[in-house]
Amino acid sequence: MKKKGEMKKVKKVKDKVHDGEHDDPWWWLILNGIKPSFLCISIFALLVRFAVGLHPYSGANTPPKFGDYEAQRHWMEITLNLPPKDWYRNSSVNDLSYWGLDYPPLTAYQSYIHGVFLKTFDPDSVALFTSRGYESYIGNLLMRWTVLSSDVLIFFPAALYFVFLYSIRLGTGRNSDVAWHISMVLLNPCLILIDHGHFQYNCISLGLTMAAIAAALSQKDLVASVLYCLALNHKQMSAYFAPAFFSYLLGKCLKNKNPLVEVTKLGLMVIGTFAVVWWPYLQSKEAALAVLSRLAPFERGIYEDYVANFWCTSSVLVKWKKLYTTQSLRIFSLTATLLTCLPSMVQQVHAPSSKGFLYALLNSSFSFYLFSYQVHEKSILLPLLPLTLLALEERRLLLWLTHFAMFSLLPLLHRDKLILPYMALYSLFIVVYFAPGGPGGRCNESKTLDHSQKKTGRGMEFISFITFHPLLMGFLGLCSLILHVIYLTMHPPNSYPFLFEAVIMLICFSQFVLFTLYFNSKQWMLSKHLTSKDNQKKLI
Amino acid sequence: MKLQESPRSPASITQLLWFFGIATVVKLLLIPAYYSTDLEVHRHWLAITHSLPLGQWYYDETSEWTLDYPPFFAYFERFLSFFAPLIDPWIVHLHHGLSYKADSSIYFQRISVIVSDLFLQYGVHISTRNLASLKRNLVWVFVIWSPGLLIVDHLHFQYNGFLFGWLLLSISFLAQGRDLMGGFMFAVLLCFKHLFAVAAPVYFVYLLRHYCRGGLVRGFARLSVLGAIVVAVFAAAYGPFVYHGQIQQVIRRMFPFGRGLCHAYWAPNFWVFYIVLDKGIAFLLRKFGFDIPSPVASFTGGLVGDASPFAVLPRITPMTTFIMVLLALSPCLFKTWRYPRPRLIARSVAYAYTCGFLFGWHIHEKASLHISIPLALVAVESLEDSKHYFLLSVGTKGSLQSDKKATQSDSKGISRTAAEKQWFELGWVAKSYLLGVVVVETWGQFLHPYLLGDKLPFLPLMLISMYCAIGISYSWIWQLKRIIILS
Repeated sequence: MKKKGEMKKVKKVKDKVHDGEHDDPWWWLILNGIKPSFLCISIFALLVRFAVGLHPYSGANTPPKFGDYEAQRHWMEITLNLPPKDWYRNSSVNDLSYWGLDYPPLTAYQSYIHGVFLKTFDPDSVALFTSRGYESYIGNLLMRWTVLSSDVLIFFPAALYFVFLYSIRLGTGRNSDVAWHISMVLLNPCLILIDHGHFQYNCISLGLTMAAIAAALSQKDLVASVLYCLALNHKQMSAYFAPAFFSYLLGKCLKNKNPLVEVTKLGLMVIGTFAVVWWPYLQSKEAALAVLSRLAPFERGIYEDYVANFWCTSSVLVKWKKLYTTQSLRIFSLTATLLTCLPSMVQQVHAPSSKGFLYALLNSSFSFYLFSYQVHEKSILLPLLPLTLLALEERRLLLWLTHFAMFSLLPLLHRDKLILPYMALYSLFIVVYFAPGGPGGRCNESKTLDHSQKKTGRGMEFISFITFHPLLMGFLGLCSLILHVIYLTMHPPNSYPFLFEAVIMLICFSQFVLFTLYFNSKQWMLSKHLTSKDNQKKLI
Repeated sequence: MKLQESPRSPASITQLLWFFGIATVVKLLLIPAYYSTDLEVHRHWLAITHSLPLGQWYYDETSEWTLDYPPFFAYFERFLSFFAPLIDPWIVHLHHGLSYKADSSIYFQRISVIVSDLFLQYGVHISTRNLASLKRNLVWVFVIWSPGLLIVDHLHFQYNGFLFGWLLLSISFLAQGRDLMGGFMFAVLLCFKHLFAVAAPVYFVYLLRHYCRGGLVRGFARLSVLGAIVVAVFAAAYGPFVYHGQIQQVIRRMFPFGRGLCHAYWAPNFWVFYIVLDKGIAFLLRKFGFDIPSPVASFTGGLVGDASPFAVLPRITPMTTFIMVLLALSPCLFKTWRYPRPRLIARSVAYAYTCGFLFGWHIHEKASLHISIPLALVAVESLEDSKHYFLLSVGTKGSLQSDKKATQSDSKGISRTAAEKQWFELGWVAKSYLLGVVVVETWGQFLHPYLLGDKLPFLPLMLISMYCAIGISYSWIWQLKRIIILS
């Protein structure tokens, strides 16, 4: 219920934003140019999502624990049948060890609304206790519908909002570029596979984040902070973007005449949003702490499965889990994450800019992915989002990162029996990427990544030479292709049952590290470039 | 996707492959969507052609799904059945394979359709070679991304894409003036699927007048060449069966007139009005106190010799429908006789299929594809034509939807094309017709089950059929008008 009110508020704010801009004919013109292509692409994207939804979900027919699908359904069951204060508390009716709610309250409200939807059409699917492990045709259909509707209601409008603003602020003005950009955002194979195949609601938190980014690009900082807080309250994973938002907004405040007033305004907005979302749990300290402890499951270890981040990869050499206690590992990971975020944060506080902000989002989410505590394979979606938003800037790297992101998800999707949609969506991405007349096909003709690269320093050139040399890329691409075939057709030796996963992890990790280095240096070059431009202007 | 006008650029294969790639991805994703009986039918045909000698193909009755397509299609199944055992030998096992629903079988069959669609791409490529790039792209969208074809071939299961490849090839050869090739292709097509024979009169008249002209001697010589080619094709197809002395059995299998006037779902054609009229009159007469016995037989089944399925109106026999089709065709045949122009051939063929669809015996909704695919070539000729095409495709797709209610994605496919084509303005009549489609669909899908529950279960289907029949009848008259005006 609360969420609804919150959403309405946001919508109103959004409407106001649009009303304000409608006077300007230029905006209207661009919006009208985007609309038809957005409509076509989003209907096609919807068709693809439908079709992916026909395939199995995670944990289908695998009692007793099932998978993420069952977790989401169970949350609907819990939120629908219990009062809010019992949602996060272990009790005789809410067994937290069986998929206990461990996402922030906004997810709980969303589960409640979806639970109401399920109850009207199929009451059995959300009945307390008896519905555990409930699997039926109609139940599955309804669950898929909930994801689809969240996608259409949140992710799609956010994508439109972002692309619209991007094409005004940073775009090239070519219609085909805009259409290509939209399809890169809406047809991202990883997101579709995780949300509509594996079954999760990443589209909501990522959609809110994207809307927040768009609002920040249009200088609506207050709206941006509210939207971002909502994203954070839907999935704590959105904290991957926190350093970027924090430093960008702070940097902008500091440039203002009254930095203190600006910061206070933002702070009040953030606290207000949190207060509204957390309202049922603010009555007592215990309740709030109980929720918080659910959100940070430190007991689950520093990494899970074979995720391509620093801790998991280096555990081949150093057995972190055995050598150190959870407590010290927490401190290690926190320090490492913050340290690696720091350069991009400093840059944004020092010289906040729209493009720099997008790179900062990329960098902070990569640092979190590589170094933070309890990272999941699926978290690669978070660094992928800012890169898809930067698709027109980083054409070649988008292709490259999507390739490795997909690759790092392969073991997970293989477990879910989603190999057919995996291959289909991967080819769809390639086909759309190289659309005739689109920018994807063009970038291969010109050898440079883009214009700004010519003016970059030696360090940058070195990194991009090492990382993105065509020969090396070709070799790695071939390797991963062969590994795909090996992974899907052969059994690993008995003594190393997870050999292939480990190799996949190693390759992906090496690439992700290079990405992080490259994008960090790129962000810094950007500010140098800008400042030199500014200086030139001043001289003139 | 980009519809930029550029003057007569050479047809680019990569661009066509791009369209094909997108379509293929969607087809792959739809593999688990639906299991139709046609999958079992075609699997059984694989088994028949693989396990039995040619002499028993048309006699086998292991399953109720007997082989009822012409010999070339049987040969095609035989060709596929070379590969099937490599995947899984049970697919082609005559007895163990019955109702075999393993993934291997489904994937093999589905992928065989997707691969055979390459021939459709070839047909489209040949027929759009000489068009300007905007028009070419539009035809590609209409044919390669045709939602109807997607639904029938890849959700339901059939090999229509491959067959339409032949039809498009044949039409485009005729349009280029290569009459012999066109005739040859059409003869081959007829030996794949005899349902395409509705256009045979048009082909016959056209070839007779356009190819076999130039005096009595030369004309006769050309006629003999043409005849020889057609006879050769038919001999290749039916020869082995004539040799085994089974030709009667083959014919009997191919033309099962024992089936009813309509298919299990009412195809949106002329007979829907007839049936509804009959019901209405019977209802009224009963109100006025007449004693009208309700008919024993149903429209969809029953043997011809049985009692009439109609309460009041006279019974319809296959002969009646045959004469009706010929009558409806006659203006077009007459025009073709007078003015055999290559430019108009696609139009005439589409018109012939429309007549067949409206008045034919035991027409299946799927036959509406026979109209919409050749019309795609016509649609880009003028704005008028494209408007009409849009209207027709919505009408026919509406009818297809009644076929498979379980799959939610069909409606998405429809709206996809609808969105792609929305850029041209439509008149208010057309707009209200489209709005009506939405209303009828909403009623059938949501309101009817909600308001009436299980009462009158046939009503939504009847409404859809009626409504689409109105659209297709309109299209029929419109096409007739165009043919008369243009020739």
